Parts: sequence; structure tokens; C-alpha cells
Amino acid sequence: MEQMTYTISIYAENNVGLLSRVSAIFLKRHININSLNISLSEIENVSRFVIVVHVTEEQVQKIVKQIDKQIEVIKAFYHTDEETIFQESALYKVSSKSLFEQRHIQNVIKKSHANIVTVNPDFFVIEKTGFREETEQLYNDLAPFGLLQFVRSGRISVTKSAMEISHILKELSD
Amino acid sequence: MKSIKTKSIQELKSPGQPIIGAEAVVRCLVAEGANLIYGYPGGAIMPVYDELYKFQDYIHHVLVRHEQGAVHAAQGFARISGNVGVCMATSGPGATNLVTGIADAMIDSTPLVCITGQVPSHLLGSDAFQETDIIGISTPVTKWSYQVTRAEEIPEILAKAFYIARSGRPGPVLIDITKDAQFASFDYSYKPCRSVRSYKPVPETDQNDLKKAAELINSAKKPLIVWGQGVILGKAEEEFKAFVEQSGIPAAWTILGASALATEHPLNVGMVGMHGNYAPNLLTNECDLLIAIGMRFDDRVTGDLNTYAKQAKIIHFEIDPAEVNKNVTVDVAVMGDVKNTLAAITPMVEPQPLENWFQRFKELDKIEFDKVIDTELNPTKPGLTMGEVIKAINASSGGDAAIVTDVGQHQMIACRYAEFTTSKSNITSGGLGTMGFALPAALGAKMGAPEREVVAVIGDGGFQMNIQELGTIFQTQAAVKIVILNNDFLGMVRQWQQLFFDKRYASTEMVNPDFVQIAKGYFIEAKRVDNREDMNAAVEEMMRSEKPYLLEVCVEKENNVFPMIPSGASVSDIRLE
Repeated sequence: MEQMTYTISIYAENNVGLLSRVSAIFLKRHININSLNISLSEIENVSRFVIVVHVTEEQVQKIVKQIDKQIEVIKAFYHTDEETIFQESALYKVSSKSLFEQRHIQNVIKKSHANIVTVNPDFFVIEKTGFREETEQLYNDLAPFGLLQFVRSGRISVTKSAMEISHILKELSD
Repeated sequence: MKSIKTKSIQELKSPGQPIIGAEAVVRCLVAEGANLIYGYPGGAIMPVYDELYKFQDYIHHVLVRHEQGAVHAAQGFARISGNVGVCMATSGPGATNLVTGIADAMIDSTPLVCITGQVPSHLLGSDAFQETDIIGISTPVTKWSYQVTRAEEIPEILAKAFYIARSGRPGPVLIDITKDAQFASFDYSYKPCRSVRSYKPVPETDQNDLKKAAELINSAKKPLIVWGQGVILGKAEEEFKAFVEQSGIPAAWTILGASALATEHPLNVGMVGMHGNYAPNLLTNECDLLIAIGMRFDDRVTGDLNTYAKQAKIIHFEIDPAEVNKNVTVDVAVMGDVKNTLAAITPMVEPQPLENWFQRFKELDKIEFDKVIDTELNPTKPGLTMGEVIKAINASSGGDAAIVTDVGQHQMIACRYAEFTTSKSNITSGGLGTMGFALPAALGAKMGAPEREVVAVIGDGGFQMNIQELGTIFQTQAAVKIVILNNDFLGMVRQWQQLFFDKRYASTEMVNPDFVQIAKGYFIEAKRVDNREDMNAAVEEMMRSEKPYLLEVCVEKENNVFPMIPSGASVSDIRLE
């Protein structure tokens, strides 16, 4: 079976230790997590994990079942890229000297539709949200000017179809 | 054994004033009916032990000799009684010593609540004396775990722990309680847990799946049932028997399913798996319908998955959605508690004429009897076999004893040849294969069911892995019967070395101590026997004893367990020699 990129979405109680419990499921199967993001969800006190892995569909099915089985997980899903809207955010810290002395960098920033978050006499910070290729393109374009720091977030994603998690929660509490 | 009679929760007055967390722990245990627990004290759990002292009329605490003994004893208790086993340990090494047993309980779905003390919360993360991250260490091998840092949390968390441990597919839960939470006072009240909003213990049964399953069963010409521990955990022995008898289908068991249906039942066709019976293993690859009930298609059962029951339709009765299509892709999955699903399907099933199919079992049974069983149970060569010892135990107990086994050759022989009339009678470490399991588990089993005869059958290797629990047996006077099948080898590893490593017996020969003297050192009656003439009488004497008793049987050193499906081979490649 062919490996591809899957986005696993987990709705879970916001408890200490659950991340370790979830990541142990990947560790046990010797599967590397490509990216991981945990945040609030649309429901109060419920966390949303978004985990990206490159595996076969059979593997992701089994992993999701194991995740779903954890006591504090309300529901786990997996989706392909086509089924989701997803983005990543990146921050680029560049020396301010290059902004003032090299006009070309301003074109790069303009062309990339990135935002300048802050500027001070020493450095400035650019933020770019988009697909992996877009943040990578900007990385490549800025690299010649000297990147003082670069960081990119895990993927965040929402599904095109409804999640109906409120419905599931209601069912579970009934 | 001293008779243990503890007072019940009804006799326990509510405190009427704030109490400390440690007292709350003990009151919660009483409220959950956990009146027999196993453990070992130490610094971080001392406040709870102080309360155990005060509440000794309500809870009987058994002091083991090593925390691993506590967790295996709690497992033995849980396996024979069907109730949640409880064990307790201090922080650090106390907690880590529980881990093997917790992992064993996890893979064998045994309900446990393990309580560990922890350093005070202000010291967490400071590498304090006897601090260890037991939550982190135990996470992958627990059904649920939680660290309590405030006394107020104790009633709710312990109620949740018992509920999670026993509901759905059971498993071990670990609750780690910081010492400051044990000392802090609060207003106590206890409410049992009835649900957890993110947890659905039993999935819904789809009526269509039941219908589809019934259709497959009613049209099968060569059906085979393979049942597992799910029947026992689901307390569904009656429903299972009714289903088997209504359908008239031959039924085979996994090692943990043993004893759910009596050995002598005419439809019981034996054990599947690596050292299982010849007929059910071979016929797995001849049947046209495989009905799996409360089992998980472990690799020791299936052998090579690419050649496992490929010709058959497969129905899987299962409570855990994660087990469905995990190892074997099935045609119909009937989700739910087998107690309900089996009761629902039985009236939908019509008995089929299966004489020719049963004939196949008989033919293969005869081959196995002639080539393997007869020589194991009725040997003519000098040198005792393990099988004839089990046969002697059967003869003495009439199949009513609970047999607790360790891991290795003796375990396979005992599971193959022990006769069972009663459910929950085969207590063994199946999934994890934990040597050292049997001695403490037998103690727990005997205390969990004092009215039952409990016989621990153990190899000389595994016996020495938790040999210190002889001390607990002596102190409790639990009348466990211990049979050491001593071949002076780690027999199963030696067997593999003989068969697959060209007889290079690397580190498998054991120079053993005098087990009888050791038992006597613990004031436990003991005897050694090394010949056929004396063996039956020695077994009989042991079984008649009303006290703990150790019988060392010196068996043939280099016997092998057959049949055998070599690791990774197909069930069709089962070897008789």
C-alpha cells in the first residue's frame, strides 16, 4: 500500500499527560510525526490536536483507532490533503541592515505577500502563512540575505466536511 | 490460611469532619469493595499505610516481598474473581517494580488499580529522593493513569479509576498520589463513577451485523469457533455455551480463553496456537467460516497472517473497535459485549449437519494422540514427562482446580493437558509471557477464591524470578500448591536452540539450588520426587494438604513441547515432532 500524507485530528479533554499518551502510540509503531499542533477547539475545554504523518492508509486507520481508544480522547479522525484546508505559519528574523541596504529584499517580501511583524534598528521579523511550498520559497529567497532565525509551526487544518464533534460529545454524555 | 473477614462499607461511618487524603484513599477502596489488596510500604505512601493500619478491620493488606509480587498477586486475584485487583507501592523503585505486571495486565486485559505514592508536589521535577516519573513510564502500558496533587481530587479520581479498570475491555489503571495530597485535609464524600464523557466502554451492536453473521453461520458447511478471554471477561460463559450448543459448531480456545467451556464438553476441540492442538490449528486453514469470539488474533495464535484462514469467511465478535481488522481482515464484525451479542445471535442460529466436518477433527486428533499425547501422558521410557504430572493433578482434582502457570514449556504442557470444569481456572501470563508471574499470581488467586484449589505449575527458571514470594505465602498461610517442573533448563529457549540454533545451548542450562530446602527455610512443607513410582502419590499428598505445599518434580531434561508451529510459519505447517 502506498504511503501518503494524512492529517490526524483529535478532539480530547485538556489534561496533563495526554500528549505523551498519544505520541506513545506513534513511538510503539516506529512512526515519525511530521508535524504536531495542539490548540483550543471550537468547544470549551476541548483540545484539538492536528498531527501530520506520512504512512499507508492501513497504518493511519489503525493508529486512529488506537488514539480513539484512549480514555480522554473524544474522537479522532484522519483526512487526506484534499479533504482539508490547511496552513502553516513561519517566522523569519533578518538583520535590519539588509532591509535598508539591499533594496531587493523589499521586493522579495512584497512578492511573497508576507507581513512584517516588527522592525527595530537591529532586526526585523517577517511572518508568512501558507502552504509548505510558499514558506519554503520565502526561506530560499531570504536565505541569501542571512536568516538570523527561522521557525515554522505545525500544520493547522480544518476539514471541508462537518466534524459534528458537539453531536458526538452530546451522545457520549447522554 | 487465616480466614479473612473484613467489615463492609455499610458498617463504615462517614467521617463527619474533614479527613486527610490518605484516609480518603482507604475509604474509597472500602467503598469500591476492594477489601483485599497487595503492596509494599515506603516513604511516599506511608500516610496511606498509616490509614490502612487504622482501617484493618475493613481492608486486608498483604505485605509482599517485592512490588512485582504485589502486582502479579493482584492480577491473580482479578483473574480468578473477576473483580478489580488492587496493589500499592511507594514512589521511585516501588513504582517502577510494578511496571512489568502492569504491562502484563494491559496485554491480558486484566482490571487493576495500582496506587503509587509520589514525592510532595513542590518537589516534582526536582529529582527528589525516590522520585520517578511513573506516569510517564507507565503511560504506554496503562488503560488510564492520573497524578493526584490535591486531596480533593482523590474520591473522584479513584472512582473513575475503578470504573475505567473494570468497564469495557478491562485493563490496568495507575493513580500516582503526591505525599502532600495524602496529608491535606478536605471534606470527603464518595460517589461511584458511572460514565466518563470521552469514553465509550461498549460499542453499539448493529443489528444488520448480527443478521449477516447469522446468515454466514447458517450457510457454513465447515465452521470453526475460536474463542478467547473475552468470553470470561464478559462473564458470558452461559451465553457462549448456549451459542455453541445451539449451533453445534466445534469450538477451539486461545490460551486465555481456556476453561470458559469445560474441557470435556463434546464441542470443545482444543487449543489453537503455537503449541495448540493439531486439529483446530490445521483446520483453521480448511474451515469455510471462522467465528472469532472475544479474541485478538495474536501472532502466537495465527502464525503467518498471509496464510491464515485465507479460504474462510471470518466473523469477529469484539468489544474493542481497535482490535477489528488489526491483524486479520474480517467479513463481519459484531461489535458489543459478547454477553449481549451471543445471547442475541443464538436464537438466529440453526444447527447444521456437520458429521463429516467433525470426522476431520477426529482423524487429526487420533494422529496427535498417537504421535504426541500418548507418549506425553503415558510414557514408557524412564524419565518423568511434564504431561504425566499434569495428568496426576487432573486425576486428583477432578478438573476443579485453578491452574496458575508461569511461562515456558511447563506452561504449554499445563495448558494443553490440564482439565477444567470451571471458568476462570487457567491463570497464566499469555500476551506478555512474564516469567515470575505464577508464584505471586497463585497467591493472589488463592486469596481471591479461598474455597478453590489453586495449583501453581512453574518451571525452575520462572520460579526463581519471584522466589521471594514464598515469604508472603508463608506469612499469609495461603494454601497454594506449588509444583516445580524442574528440568534444570530454561526449557522453551533450550527447545528453540535445539530446533533452530543447532543445539547451541547458550545460557539455558541452570545449576539450581535445593528447592525443597528453600521451601523448608520458609517453613513451607516440601518434597522432591524424581521417579514415576512415587510421583502420583506425591501429587496426591500435596493436593490433600491443607497448607501451602511445594512439590519439586524432576522431569526429563531435554523433552520438547509438540505440536509446534514454528515462529512465523503457517498454522498449516504445524509440526508433530
